[in-house]
Amino acid sequence: MGAVHINAKDIHYTQLNEQIRTIVARGGKEIILDNILGQRFIGDGLRGDDVTITINGVPGGDLAMFMSGPTIIVHGNADHAPGNTMDKGAVIIHGSAGDAVAHSMRGGRIYVRDNIGYRGGIHMKQYKGKRPILVVGGSAQAFLGEYMAGGLLIVLGLNDAAPVSERGVGSGIHGGEIIVRGEVEERYLGTGAKQEPLTSEQRAEILPVIEDFARVFTIDKEPLLAADYSRITAAHARPFANKYTWE
Amino acid sequence: MSIGSTPLKFRVTIDPERCMNCGRCVENCSYGVFRKEGDSIRINSRNCAACHRCIAFCPRDAIEIEEQPGDYRSHPVWTREVREAIFNQARTGRIILSGMGNAKPYPIIFDQLVLDACQVTNPSIDPLREPMELRTYLGKKPASLSLRPLPDGEVELRTKLTPNLQIETPIMIGHMSYGAISLNAQTALAKAVSRIGTFMGTGEGGLHESLYPYQDHMIVQVASGRFGVDINYLERGAAIEIKIGQGAKPGIGGHLPGDKVCTDISCTRMIPEGSDAISPAPHHDIYSIEDLKQLVRSLKEATEWKKPVFVKIAAVHNSAAIAAGIARSGADAVVVDGFRGGSGATPRVFRDHVGIPVEAAVASVDAKLRDQGIRNEVSIIASGGIRESADVAKIICLGADAVYIGTSALVAMGCRVCGTCYKGTCAWGIATQKPELVQRLDPETNAVQVENLIHGWTLELAELMGAAGINSIESLRGNRDRLRGYMLDEGLLEVLDVKTVGA
Repeated sequence: MGAVHINAKDIHYTQLNEQIRTIVARGGKEIILDNILGQRFIGDGLRGDDVTITINGVPGGDLAMFMSGPTIIVHGNADHAPGNTMDKGAVIIHGSAGDAVAHSMRGGRIYVRDNIGYRGGIHMKQYKGKRPILVVGGSAQAFLGEYMAGGLLIVLGLNDAAPVSERGVGSGIHGGEIIVRGEVEERYLGTGAKQEPLTSEQRAEILPVIEDFARVFTIDKEPLLAADYSRITAAHARPFANKYTWE
Repeated sequence: MSIGSTPLKFRVTIDPERCMNCGRCVENCSYGVFRKEGDSIRINSRNCAACHRCIAFCPRDAIEIEEQPGDYRSHPVWTREVREAIFNQARTGRIILSGMGNAKPYPIIFDQLVLDACQVTNPSIDPLREPMELRTYLGKKPASLSLRPLPDGEVELRTKLTPNLQIETPIMIGHMSYGAISLNAQTALAKAVSRIGTFMGTGEGGLHESLYPYQDHMIVQVASGRFGVDINYLERGAAIEIKIGQGAKPGIGGHLPGDKVCTDISCTRMIPEGSDAISPAPHHDIYSIEDLKQLVRSLKEATEWKKPVFVKIAAVHNSAAIAAGIARSGADAVVVDGFRGGSGATPRVFRDHVGIPVEAAVASVDAKLRDQGIRNEVSIIASGGIRESADVAKIICLGADAVYIGTSALVAMGCRVCGTCYKGTCAWGIATQKPELVQRLDPETNAVQVENLIHGWTLELAELMGAAGINSIESLRGNRDRLRGYMLDEGLLEVLDVKTVGA
């Protein structure tokens, strides 16, 4: 089966997802959704490791929620929480995304070319072979990586703004890492977060991810590979360990 | 140590006349009260949690546990609990963690409500002779039905019905996660609900693969930490429950300490071994009723609209208005968890002081939904402090469709309500992950006990209904006329919409 086009104009998300599921069930590998305008939940709970969905337009919230396998490419902005509780697959956004991007994401990749809203990467986690990656080309707003429990979150600050210049960065972080190009002003770090320069080993680990991001969006990779980065992680492995006493 | 030690909570004694030195107390106590020294058994009463495991297994009834053998100077304001909490916090500067449900002696509304029975003017019904309909359907009911006559004389139902859960008795088992309780305990509960034809909740701990055979009787939970949640988990559950709040700790999240995250729990919750499992206070994709609607719909969309989605809230001051919002979110049931609801570990200050009783919350939720003409949009599940069949009957009269039990089911497996769950050394194999303690709980034996309990309550419920001349649970639901308040104040009678005794 070749690429299947769906004209999504005026189609409700439930019908749209039904059509997508039917195509995938019949062996379709490439689906192109045209005229997407605010439909939520596209690819919600969808399986299929070799399925690619291209979205032309602006999808609504919870894009690729619970998704396990497919790749979704958005030519436009995305609303809040793309990749919410996502398990596997990829979401590539040629634009910006709203709040809570990659909320509780457990696996797969999300690349956002431009900016993201508040609480980006909140409570991302990792488990065994699953380590979610969120890369943001532009900047992020407050509470970036809050409650983060695992995974890799990179913010590149490519739009001439600092990667993040709002409060609560890594607030309550207890696993995973937040990497920013340059550094975050100390006053913006959240409770329980600490910032350090990257070691050369850590740098070697993230550069392939950044290179891939640059390739996907055809951005000049050289300045990114040459830049300095900081790493924000949990100041203590157990941020809540000293909070309680037995009755 | 300027505070010094506090008086013993319990004194354990062994009657030497009766003791035969068998050492079962030493083997059974997981708190380190007993030890064998030569031919005698020595006792350290300070470690005792009053879980009664030793008493239960002493073949000679030789052990006695006395509560508060030496007490402080009595004082009505400065109680023992208050003084000891101050000592504790003066030493540590921390938040006090406690187990089980609310331990304050607030009056229990259930115990001030009485049920009705038929005399002379309408006959009571004998459940032995007449069928009693206890089957309940949880989920949305259509506001109206559209029917079309067919040429062959049959009638076609044109209204699209939404999925409901069918339960054979209005008693389900609430969400106690693998982590809070042991896998053997969960397995016993799963076997029991499968046999009875009712359901249990997984809690926010994922669904262990050994429970897959019982998945048609499991309600899978999606809480703020999203632990163990993936599309497979959602598809396995018979229904999905979004946990917004818990009666034992309204408004706050939960922290399963990393030292309790063993290999198996790590697999089920899908987090690395030894890492803290932190459930944030809010769901960070729900900051409003509109956002809740989005989560409800995302779950339905992910499971192709085949499963009911419940929303659980702690009973708080504005439960009624909140429930009205939930009813409009597309949810199929609202679970109202009262302030007596249990917990494996909760800050004492929340357990004892935050939230309201389930009786008042359910009555006001039911009234609000009826006022707004949306009672059919959601079922109401009551939980938190349901101790006996009479409580089930009374809360159904106040408007609930069904109940969740938690502590009662644990008591059916041996729990003595010692409230020390948070220590992780439950001698009964319930609230522990230590293999040597977990293996004490035989899933099959305990499944039978839990099944017996629910069966016994169901029989009693049928008798209570029959006595009131009611043969269908539908006619009991919201039937406040079959309740009377005994020594309840006017304000509360109004909230419950119940008349006083004698009226």
